[in-house]
Amino acid sequence: MYRYDEFDQTFVTQRVEQFREQVARRISGELSEDEFKPLRLMNGLYLQLHAYMLRVAIPYGTLSSRQLRQLGYIARKYDRGYGHFTTRQNIQFNWPTLGDTPDILADLAAVEMHAIQTSGNCIRNTTADATAGVAADEIADSRVYCEIIRQWSTLHPEFSFLPRKFKVAVTGAPGDRAVTAAHDIGLRMVRNDIGEIGFEVLVGGGQGRTPILAVTIREFLPAEHLLSYLEAVLRVYNQLGRRDNIYKARIKILVRETGTEEFARLVEEEWVHIRDSELKLPEDEIARIHAYFAPPAYEVLDATCPELDVQRAGNRAFDAWVRSNVEAHKQPGYAIATVSLKPHGGIPGDASAEQMERVADLADRYGFGEVRVSYKQNLLLPDLRQRDLFAVWQELTSAGLATANSHKLSDIIACPGLDYCNLANARSIPIAQMISTRFADLEREQEIGNVTVNISGCINACAHHHVANIGILGVDKKGKEFYQVTLGGAADQNAAIGDIVGPAFDEDQIVGAVETVVDVYLEKRTGSDEPFIDTYRRIGIKPFKEKLYATH
Amino acid sequence: MPLIKNGAAVQDPWFAATTEADLDRSGPLLVTLELWQQHRDRLVGRVGPLGVRLASAQSPGLIAADLDRLDLVALEFPKFTDGRAYSYARLLRERHGFTGEVRAVGHVLRDQIAFMLRCGFDALDVDERAAGGWQSATTAFSAWYQPATDAQAPISARRRYAVPARASQSVIRSEPVRVADAAELAVCAATWAY
Repeated sequence: MYRYDEFDQTFVTQRVEQFREQVARRISGELSEDEFKPLRLMNGLYLQLHAYMLRVAIPYGTLSSRQLRQLGYIARKYDRGYGHFTTRQNIQFNWPTLGDTPDILADLAAVEMHAIQTSGNCIRNTTADATAGVAADEIADSRVYCEIIRQWSTLHPEFSFLPRKFKVAVTGAPGDRAVTAAHDIGLRMVRNDIGEIGFEVLVGGGQGRTPILAVTIREFLPAEHLLSYLEAVLRVYNQLGRRDNIYKARIKILVRETGTEEFARLVEEEWVHIRDSELKLPEDEIARIHAYFAPPAYEVLDATCPELDVQRAGNRAFDAWVRSNVEAHKQPGYAIATVSLKPHGGIPGDASAEQMERVADLADRYGFGEVRVSYKQNLLLPDLRQRDLFAVWQELTSAGLATANSHKLSDIIACPGLDYCNLANARSIPIAQMISTRFADLEREQEIGNVTVNISGCINACAHHHVANIGILGVDKKGKEFYQVTLGGAADQNAAIGDIVGPAFDEDQIVGAVETVVDVYLEKRTGSDEPFIDTYRRIGIKPFKEKLYATH
Repeated sequence: MPLIKNGAAVQDPWFAATTEADLDRSGPLLVTLELWQQHRDRLVGRVGPLGVRLASAQSPGLIAADLDRLDLVALEFPKFTDGRAYSYARLLRERHGFTGEVRAVGHVLRDQIAFMLRCGFDALDVDERAAGGWQSATTAFSAWYQPATDAQAPISARRRYAVPARASQSVIRSEPVRVADAAELAVCAATWAY
């Protein structure tokens, strides 16, 4: 994985000192809260309902075991012993004090981490496929380009005060696990006719109150032009994006109002001037970054592991975990395992300091010391020998991290909601807990199969409810929490925005409503090999609507 | 509001014209885009330095053809969160080759100075408290990642041409992280991770 050199280390260290001085000016009263706000936001520090919240960047969701241990240390020393992994592959600490934050940033810098641009109207942490570099279906390793984007976008002088926040996602595989269609810029790695690596460039995706899927403005961008093209898109947006209305300030509105073709023309027009500037990536620079992501020293193993087959045959719980939580690895004899942060009835994405340390230890003992964070708010151990899976599973089980529900109904994405967030209209976490408790029977979950359930506590859609198979949005009606249901959304390569099913449900009805939706699916599906989304696409919303509102 | 140019507070020689009557004044005259467009011929014939002030919705493209007649372009930040002028400043310098003064006016705060200098501003109309910010803006970071308008070599170029980073003055303050023992390191096989 990437390692800081003297430049990176000096940069984050100087950033810490700068923020330490800014905090001191705030505490002394020289800076008002209004003036301090953009400074703290640029360092990921929010003022939430009850306390400050610090959002730490985990660039492209990649962590070393040492970094994960340090996050555990921070959780214990400055917080209440836990952290919350987010849909943007970041981690949030919910209870730091203002005075402690410079020290936390220093502790992060010591392990090559930072909180730069995890908030504010700037280019945020790049979203990546959590299985980049190890996925069996990969065209190229997207981490290389995510790191190049990270460096280019860090304290970019021109793009630190954009109309609104700006998110980039990169996928290196045809199977899209980075939700590229729902980002301001989505980059899909492709090969052209002569085998060169490049990007299909999409712009204008986003969720929030106006969900829009990104549109393609360039079919093939040679990799060497990545930064100049991004700079051209950002320059057009910075000048023309709306600043009069926060709800219309994202690039998706500009693209929609300008028209895709005209927007693409504006970008190309700008790009012509800068494509051969200093931003052009020399081959040796790409190679230099690439070298950091060289594969670890894999053993030469058989693709199949008889030992594993025996273990699976002898233990139903383990077998269920392998079926749902283990995925194909590009290296024969290896596997990728999801460490579930979704225990039934638990808080999606939360991990205790002890759990972080346990996972870090497992990564060191079994997996080359690397851990990934997925946008689904789980952790991944990306490099496990298949023959070690049983031992890893046993240890995860003892740490409460082996729920066999990856991709299943209780693998719910939820934002912090009204329990923490001052934007929220309704609670998300308790709803997620109620639903996952209702579906806690693993056999039933396996029977239902793969389905995504995402719960956002307000229209900002942090939990991506628009692109969930079953999306739930918390709304406030005269001081009471209600939950609106959307069906048919998808976040993968066939991304779709869900359809609103009808009037919202109250807190007592919402779990039953989800169950009704599942019942309709089970009744209508052609067989257990037809997942929820396929059935929905075949039969449409009507049968669900009829059943939902007939019973209420 | 003190005017800071190249790090020093200077007397501002420019008069900011807001009405037609102001155009008769002698000396350096800074006019709004509207006055410039309405009285262009009269202003061009005038003796003395000329500048145009652009509001944040006014792109420098609007005066591109006249830039060789101008000594100053003032770009307005109606509030510091409106970042359009960063792009405008870069376009003035890099696209249009403007070599006169590019001045930041309006809501110009100390903590934005570093970005402004990198985008090609060379004069800042700042509030009293921010006047001391030039120093920290130019010294807080010894190198930046991306190329911009300023002459500093970005980190990418420094790496390529082996320009050393300035040694960090600050000490990283952190509890020691646990060091893996020999057995674990063996498992962590060669070069990979830690």
